[in-house]
Amino acid sequence: MSTFLDDIAHRLKTAFPKGVLEVCLERDELTVVVGEESLVSFMTFLRDDSGCSFEQLVDIGGVDYPGRKPRFDVVYHLLSLAQNMRLRVKVGVDEEGTVPSIGTVFPCALWYEREAWDMFGILFTEHPDLRRLLSDYDFQGHPLRKDFPLSGYKEVRYDEEQKKVVYEPLQLAQAYRDFDFLSPWEGDGQKRMGAGTQSSED
Amino acid sequence: MIVPASSYTLNFGPQHPAAHGVLRLVLQLDGEIVERADPHIGLLHRGTEKLIEHKTYLQALPYFDRLDYVSPMCQEHVWALAVERLLGLSVPPRAQYIRVLFSELTRILNHALNVTTYALDVGAITPFLWMFEEREVMMEFYERVSGSRMHAAYFRPGGVARDVPPDLLEDMATFCKRFPKALKDLEGLLSDNRIFRQRSVDIGVMSAQDALGWGFSGPCLRASGVAWDLRKSQPYDAYGELDFDIPVGEKGDCFDRYLVRVEEMRQSLRLIEQCLEAMPSGPVMTQDGKVAPPRREEMKVSMEALIHHFKLYSEGYHVPKGETYTAVEAPKGEFGVYLIADGSNRPYRCKIRAPSYAFLQALESMSKGHFLADVSAVLGSLDVVFGEIDR
Repeated sequence: MSTFLDDIAHRLKTAFPKGVLEVCLERDELTVVVGEESLVSFMTFLRDDSGCSFEQLVDIGGVDYPGRKPRFDVVYHLLSLAQNMRLRVKVGVDEEGTVPSIGTVFPCALWYEREAWDMFGILFTEHPDLRRLLSDYDFQGHPLRKDFPLSGYKEVRYDEEQKKVVYEPLQLAQAYRDFDFLSPWEGDGQKRMGAGTQSSED
Repeated sequence: MIVPASSYTLNFGPQHPAAHGVLRLVLQLDGEIVERADPHIGLLHRGTEKLIEHKTYLQALPYFDRLDYVSPMCQEHVWALAVERLLGLSVPPRAQYIRVLFSELTRILNHALNVTTYALDVGAITPFLWMFEEREVMMEFYERVSGSRMHAAYFRPGGVARDVPPDLLEDMATFCKRFPKALKDLEGLLSDNRIFRQRSVDIGVMSAQDALGWGFSGPCLRASGVAWDLRKSQPYDAYGELDFDIPVGEKGDCFDRYLVRVEEMRQSLRLIEQCLEAMPSGPVMTQDGKVAPPRREEMKVSMEALIHHFKLYSEGYHVPKGETYTAVEAPKGEFGVYLIADGSNRPYRCKIRAPSYAFLQALESMSKGHFLADVSAVLGSLDVVFGEIDR
């Protein structure tokens, strides 16, 4: 299994000597980091090349690493039914940066990209319809960012006088309590990646 | 914006019995013909992925029951498998068989609901009433094994929560003997029913090529003629040792999707029977004390066991740094979890890949040019559940 993935990795490196930034094989899962400028041609190659034939885009997800440059990863998961193989493609992007949309290569990418925009604020260029998808119509902010508090900023209720749902600043009867159960004697190695960057709520 | 007089916009949902949950569908119609369908989703968004980042690995598990709430255990399965993969944990054979057993029971539960509610959408009420009687029996099995009819939280990383009660397996065997009759009755009502056929044959056709492009999986992909099943191609737990067939459709229309699901119920019965027969004895949870809690009796007499239990249910266990994409063949299709661990007791990121999310996106291309009434037929045959779409 892994020899096959090695072949793929080699094939991709020779086809895109500049585009492929990093290749890593862990737990029989192959991850390829590419630059965003060659993403569309890279995806087209993965889909159409007979040695790869990753016909299906399974998922796109964002990951936030505050304090890292670039801040976000856009992670694409591809599946090849012919080879029975999976591949993970990662693209790094900053808050101001953009990633090209791959909706022309895989039509199902459009909603996943809308979701990534909604949840992380990652901008996709040449996306035909980059609206918010999961959050409310006039929602502010990007909830899956690590600096967005779990409880959010606004709460809604139905107002009897105005006869409509109104937004109000969040008021919790009891403050959200985030217990830290980590053993103090296990050393610094166990510290969370995002620790220290989360805004504290009172 | 200039709107031609012939076309108008219709709001379908968010509260509509044929929307199978809370879907707001903005339809642009020319007479009765659908020109554009724009699903507005997220009305059931609960921030599951964000919440999971703030919970320990064990506390995150019950959230999976609440995603696709008609097939809970299959989703627990993917979480258990993903965490086990990162921990490098192996699961005792009995637990593997129990998990497969209940995954297949869940598949029958899900398909029984979908097939009959789909029939309900196109005008047949009786199958729904008949199958819900059977579903109640199956949910009783759920209750007997986990204490809960729906949100079981029964599969755990490392195995299952506890062993099955003594006579449950015999009762399940009896059920397997009886259920084919119910399936036959269901087919008798629907397969040759003129109205049902008129409402489903050649409606919402999806070619194999398009189905792949739209990210289809599960019965919807198989109905388009692609024999792809993760249980066969990337077997997990005990599936590699069991024998079953993959039903495949021809055209990929609503009727094919119905046929595939009915046949899958039969195959699931076969799998359940094999599991019951081959059920090994032994522990149902890994012996690794880093993940498995101590025995109750032990906790009553041993201080160390009590501390062990307390640490496991407060701090939880640490999962080594790494990332994985793990997927299972859930009743609706490929249900996957992209899990990033940072070495602490909580996941750093958990992206959930829901099968019906991809189906709903293709709704527009499937219903374009069809009648308004066919939209609810297409929607019903796709088997969408908003718990997992909105997450």
